[in-house]
Amino acid sequence: MDPAHVLITTGGQQAIDLVTKTFVDPGDVVLAEGPSYAGALTTFSTYETDVLHLPMDERGLDVEAVPDILDRLAADRKRVKFLYIVPNFSNPGGTTLSLERRHRLVEISAERELLIVEDNPYGILRYQGEPLPTLFTLDQSENVIYLGSFSKILSPGIRTGWIAAPAPILAKIAFGKQATDLCSSPLNQMFVHEFISSGVWREYVQRLIGIYRSRRDVLLSALADEFPPGSRWTVPEGGFFVWASLSPPVNTTDLLVKAIEENVAFVAGNGFYMDGQGTDSMRLNFSGSPEDRIQEGIRRLGSVIRDQMELYRALGMDG
Amino acid sequence: MTGKRICVLYGGRSLERDVSLSTGHRVGRALESRGYQVTGIDVDESLVRRLIELRPEVAFIAMHGKGGEDGTVQELLEILRIPYTGSGVLSSIRAMDKVLTKHILKAGGIPTPPFHAFNDAAFREMGAKDTLQIIAEDLGLPVVVKPAAQGSALGIKFAAEARDLPAAMVSALSFDRKVLLERFVAGRELAVSILGTAEPRVLPIVEAIPQARHSYYDFESRYTPGETDFEVPAELAPEVAAEVERLALATYRALGCRGFGRVDFILDQANRPWVLELNTIPGLTETSTMPLAAQAAGLSFEDLVVAITESATL
Ligand SMILES: Cc1ncc(COP(=O)(O)O)c(C=O)c1O
Repeated sequence: MDPAHVLITTGGQQAIDLVTKTFVDPGDVVLAEGPSYAGALTTFSTYETDVLHLPMDERGLDVEAVPDILDRLAADRKRVKFLYIVPNFSNPGGTTLSLERRHRLVEISAERELLIVEDNPYGILRYQGEPLPTLFTLDQSENVIYLGSFSKILSPGIRTGWIAAPAPILAKIAFGKQATDLCSSPLNQMFVHEFISSGVWREYVQRLIGIYRSRRDVLLSALADEFPPGSRWTVPEGGFFVWASLSPPVNTTDLLVKAIEENVAFVAGNGFYMDGQGTDSMRLNFSGSPEDRIQEGIRRLGSVIRDQMELYRALGMDG
Repeated sequence: MTGKRICVLYGGRSLERDVSLSTGHRVGRALESRGYQVTGIDVDESLVRRLIELRPEVAFIAMHGKGGEDGTVQELLEILRIPYTGSGVLSSIRAMDKVLTKHILKAGGIPTPPFHAFNDAAFREMGAKDTLQIIAEDLGLPVVVKPAAQGSALGIKFAAEARDLPAAMVSALSFDRKVLLERFVAGRELAVSILGTAEPRVLPIVEAIPQARHSYYDFESRYTPGETDFEVPAELAPEVAAEVERLALATYRALGCRGFGRVDFILDQANRPWVLELNTIPGLTETSTMPLAAQAAGLSFEDLVVAITESATL
């Protein structure tokens, strides 16, 4: 890849900020997965965009819904600036966009001149299945901006990420980057350079993959054992997160208060939507805790959920 | 009177930890500036051991909510024979429980909005859900649903219709096993701070004015910090102000408070005051109402903190 097509950023978060700042005016529409990365949503709302969440299933974003949505927005005279997507092991959904959908999305993006922002901080952390090509590599029409980060494979504190994009797009973004902080810390970049060029990263990432895979497996089997019937959750092929949904009327914001009393935390689902959805869901992280704690945490969470469901029944709210 | 060794207790694990940190640090600085020897303690499992080592002459309790305001830390200080600021164990227990407070007010003829209260067992074991319709008719809508443990505004829900009640109950029950259902009284919000024990002094009345109200949903905004303006002293007809002050003192005495405290009121459209609750340890942060009231009475923040400290007893 030509280095002229890459811009180093202060983490992936700054990449999201720069892209948004460059392309969006207040009132413009940004398309996002539903649910979508909360840090990106914060950025989108800072720049006063209208976020429209797109439907998802176990194969990731439902790309066939995109053309209709674009038509509808065009009819409403809304300007869509880009589609933000985390195709690999989405935060928070845990889902991965299937190969067919990747091809189709790139096709739609070319046909409709829809800019795609592909955020891929977790792509290397795959625990099962074959790696899939990025949208950026599939794209032939210069409509994909790729965001990378070393946060999840080296350290979030190193604050180093990058944007890869067609030259004309990158030039605009670089302009914004200068206005923000001139350049990202060269000292940190030297650390990253050493980490990568020495080759130690391969072994390190392999070790992470082994640890995270076991943690994921423990979480998935604990969920099967401990969560009540009617609960659903995603089975991530990589990354950090499982997205679990409970049967209504359970509200995960209320549930979190009880869970914290038991020393268990999750992120309530409605934080990953701008439109009030997600109240029945939660994001569970498995990368950060050892296996026995995951097991015990899910056990406690399961009993908090059952207790809450009992209360709903007692209040005549079991639908 | 200077030079006394004081421990300021703050933090802890309650939901109001942040407010407590900010009250505690501010109190510590004020006491130091008046020559006291101050040790700040962020409360954790080592609290009792540290108090035994330090043997302070006074413990200033700058904690809010569970643990600090509910009689727990007060009980420990009694056992350790360390004089402490504010109300004693029994008053703390009474004031922390909004339901208990309201029963005491009712018994004392002090006006408080009509209410009912439940433990979750009433729903789980006695089918209390079938009373919700009666309650809605009884109290009149809208109804405010609150966790009984007073303190944080979290978990307070508003039911505009009877069918909103169950979901509001679940939210409130997430914070406490006991919930209060109270008639929503629309009106002006007044906070009355009181200082002293034998002859408590009522400080100027503060009115909290949410920046946008008018609709029922603005009810939520009054629990959102930063969206409220304060007026000190509140603009009230002299006889209304006198009645509010009388009721504030009556509430303080009925609960047996000492040292300091703050009584929260709603003044309805007919200028009738209703007592909602009493805080035995009101916030003393930069944006809290009690320091504002003190200032309006000519007491600097340091004066206020010294007065509270010097009223500490066992
Ligand atoms: C999807 C996604 N994008 C971007 C980021 C930002 O990461 P950083 O700024 O540390 O590179 C994160 C971090 O959680 C993320 O999950």
